[in-house]
Amino acid sequence: MTKPVILDCRDVWKLYGAQADSFLATHPDPSPEQLKKAGLIGAVRAANVRIHSGEIFVIMGLSGSGKSTLVRCLSRLVEPTAGEIRFEDRDLLRASEAELIRIRRKKMGMVFQQFALLPHLTVLENAAFPLDVQGVGRKTREARAREVVELVGLKGREHYYPRELSGGQQQRVGIARSLAVEPDLWFLDEPFSALDPLIRREMQDEFMRLQNILHKTIVFITHDFDEAIRLADRIAVMKDGAIEQVATPEQLVLNPATDYVAEFTRHVSRAKVLRAASVMEPVGEGRFAGDVPHDAVIEDIADRVEAADRPHRVLRDGAAVGQITRAAIIDVLVGRA
Amino acid sequence: MTVRRIGSGGLFWLGLFAATWALSAYSFQIYKALDARWVIRFPKGWQLPLERRISDFLDWLVDSASFYFFSFKDLTRAIAAVIEAPYQFLRNLLIEGFVSGQGDSAVQIAPSLSWIAVIVTIAAIAHYARDIWLATLVGLCFLYLAVFGQWDSAMITLASVLIAVPIGAAGGLMLGIAAFRVPLVERILRPVLDLMQTVPVFAYLVPILILFGFGPVAALVATVIYAMPPMVRITIVSLRAVPPEIAEAGRMAGCTRRQMMWKVLVPAATPSLMVGVNQVIMLTLNMVIIASMIGAGGLGFDVLSSLRRLDIGGGIEAGLAIVVMAIALDRASQAFADRTMRHAPGGNILQRHPWTGTVVLVIAATLILGRFLPAVQSYPEALTVTTGPVWSQAMEWINVNFFDTFEAIKTFILQWLLLPVKKFFAGIPWAWGIIATGLAAWRVGGWRLGLLAALLMGFIAANGLWAKAMVTIYLCGVSVFLATLIGIPLGIWAAERPGAGRVILGIMDTLQTLPSFVYLIPVVMLFRVGDFSAMVAVILYALAPAVRYAAHGLRAVPPELIEAGLVSGCTRRQLLWRIKLPLATPHLLLGLNQTIMLALSMLVITALVGTRDLGQEVYIALTKANAGQGIVAGLAVAFIAITADRILSALAEGQRRRLGLT
Repeated sequence: MTKPVILDCRDVWKLYGAQADSFLATHPDPSPEQLKKAGLIGAVRAANVRIHSGEIFVIMGLSGSGKSTLVRCLSRLVEPTAGEIRFEDRDLLRASEAELIRIRRKKMGMVFQQFALLPHLTVLENAAFPLDVQGVGRKTREARAREVVELVGLKGREHYYPRELSGGQQQRVGIARSLAVEPDLWFLDEPFSALDPLIRREMQDEFMRLQNILHKTIVFITHDFDEAIRLADRIAVMKDGAIEQVATPEQLVLNPATDYVAEFTRHVSRAKVLRAASVMEPVGEGRFAGDVPHDAVIEDIADRVEAADRPHRVLRDGAAVGQITRAAIIDVLVGRA
Repeated sequence: MTVRRIGSGGLFWLGLFAATWALSAYSFQIYKALDARWVIRFPKGWQLPLERRISDFLDWLVDSASFYFFSFKDLTRAIAAVIEAPYQFLRNLLIEGFVSGQGDSAVQIAPSLSWIAVIVTIAAIAHYARDIWLATLVGLCFLYLAVFGQWDSAMITLASVLIAVPIGAAGGLMLGIAAFRVPLVERILRPVLDLMQTVPVFAYLVPILILFGFGPVAALVATVIYAMPPMVRITIVSLRAVPPEIAEAGRMAGCTRRQMMWKVLVPAATPSLMVGVNQVIMLTLNMVIIASMIGAGGLGFDVLSSLRRLDIGGGIEAGLAIVVMAIALDRASQAFADRTMRHAPGGNILQRHPWTGTVVLVIAATLILGRFLPAVQSYPEALTVTTGPVWSQAMEWINVNFFDTFEAIKTFILQWLLLPVKKFFAGIPWAWGIIATGLAAWRVGGWRLGLLAALLMGFIAANGLWAKAMVTIYLCGVSVFLATLIGIPLGIWAAERPGAGRVILGIMDTLQTLPSFVYLIPVVMLFRVGDFSAMVAVILYALAPAVRYAAHGLRAVPPELIEAGLVSGCTRRQLLWRIKLPLATPHLLLGLNQTIMLALSMLVITALVGTRDLGQEVYIALTKANAGQGIVAGLAVAFIAITADRILSALAEGQRRRLGLT
């Protein structure tokens, strides 16, 4: 990962309770017991996150794990108690009110769990809202709003009011609104959690389609590990306000750092996560049934490799780096790997 | 633990009651035995000089207070001028027409809006708010005012409402926003609002009368002050109720503070804000009617003067006109609250605004036609229908045929309920009254509440108002008791049978929109003046919350619990007594609380039908323009209300906690 870091969050704390600031000044690194004794709630504890340009970074955790608070610290909707957040090499926590407004107007977009659409505005007006706030003229902003509304597949419904739309459609409006200013950094706070499972799946596909067009830098919050694995380049697993592990989905499954992470990954279908390079063995003698790329997900190549009598060769940049056998595939599929 | 508490709790209340009863029954003997007159009368020498202080302060304000550049009098004159100008404009527009010049040389420039134009305009507004049916209803209501000869008075009342509502609603919104933004403002406003809601309306008519003089401006000032507090409250609550995500969406879009308020929070809160505006309208109408006592004129004045002349027919006619107007204003403003965003129709300007177009056309047409056909300008007098004599005859007939029945009922209730209760309360020595209230409050809500209750009662005694306060408490107590006795079964009925429920709750809704003044009319006609009449009027006025909260509480019982009861084999009766009612007690207590508040506010108005309580004290103060007396008596009523409110809220809270409903 050599892409530049766009958002760098170092040792961020968010404590709730009386005199949280002074407490943290005297106890620079309090333990959960110390916090409890002081009557404070550690919503975010010593979080370190670096988000690279163009990646999908998923923050995963159960309710109450602090993931929503962390993402609000990153966008400074919530004021962190301590720590440093650098956005495009500027200290976000030192930014003045006016500067913050400018950054949010030009650089950030956010999608919310309950959609957070303005009930008195139409689809088009909702999508144009961030531009309206900036003082963009009606013609220009409505033209741009039309583009994003079309992008999310709501063409023809520009003049509907939010209450006239289904949940999935409302979230499409939320997405359109967050994209209207062409943000560099896109926050999505459990965007699909309020939707039915079928719609959720459809929206995830839609989201991947959009990302393939737009290549945004994304911070995505979810409590659904399957969703995290499906979408993420990297995942941060949170528990009780602290980050347990930051890794790619594959690494999480192969090398869970803590028991807590292991507990999550235990029931994950490994074929969906592991890639050829992780299960290959050294290249052997003899002939091969075919070639597979080193970063192919097992699920996608399982049929082919399992049906062949001979192993497949694993290629990286055109060179053979190993081979993958039917037995290895079956190990993954039955969960022995 | 629980069992023990209930046991000792019962003993506590029984003991408190027994002690109070004994002291009440034998207070006179105790006074004689001890030769201590202070037992039954608060010593004159101990009385606080609050009344005089307040009066002196007001005199000082009016006569000599000044702030560097202007005197206080200039300030009130400026306020009066600001209100007077638009009010006069509306009066010209609706009633008098526009003239230039003075006296005999006056020349009419333009006539007032014709009755047809007013009706069409108001119907158009109703159509905009909902549909053609509401437009018809509202149009018919106003047509009624014209046909039954109430037009001019009704327009005076409407002009006052039209001035007071925007000031009240906008002022309330601004104060609410300030309180929402600045915690300090809220901390200051909250107790003021609490007090404003409980101080009886008559009480602040007095200082306003002194500051602004008798007339429509004073009435408007009083009306605005009276109608604003609920708007402030609703604004704070509805801004808080905007989902946090919507506020965050606004911040992430890069809203400035001002944009945040006016582009995000206020629009998102609009439906609930409109509920507040509806309340402002209804309270305004209520107060405009009452404020006829300090010169508002209009329908309220008609009622008042008919009551004074005992002109039965005239009173009922004007009263009905108020009812009709209240219904029209209430339904139309409620429709605005429920109104959802609609798609704007396309087409040219007339197609897009069919009603605006029609209204403009009708106004123009009646303006021109009115010059030649007087019937278009103002509804022809020959065609008005007077129902006054009919009502008078009907009343006479009732009084002739049912006089004995009514008299028997009245005597029975007076003898067996009102008088014994009155004797009990009147006998309680003031010192014990303070202690007993304190003890009861302590028992229910801890020592802080106990202390507060004792202090508030002490204030009443210390201002020499104990005897009158006891009359207020007795009348209020009996009325609330009867209202609950009637209201809760009605509420149960409404909750159990949806069909009956719609009718009952519909009637209650309408009853609650009526200005309190209206209730006096039939009561006085049937029962003349006195405690019994006051009681009946108070029961009618305060019935609605008892019914509503009971129905709501029963309906709010979780369905699983009812199913659990059914599965356990409960009969309907068992279901009601064992499951629904116990779970509804917090709601019932809140309903009781509301009933008491309404009863107290009505009780003050019943001073007009001759009660001898705190209400009378306020009323006397009003007629004598004695601000100190009015304010102190008003505060006494407010303190009774606050004590009752705090005790009942604590009870409801305790009950809720016990049931695990928090």
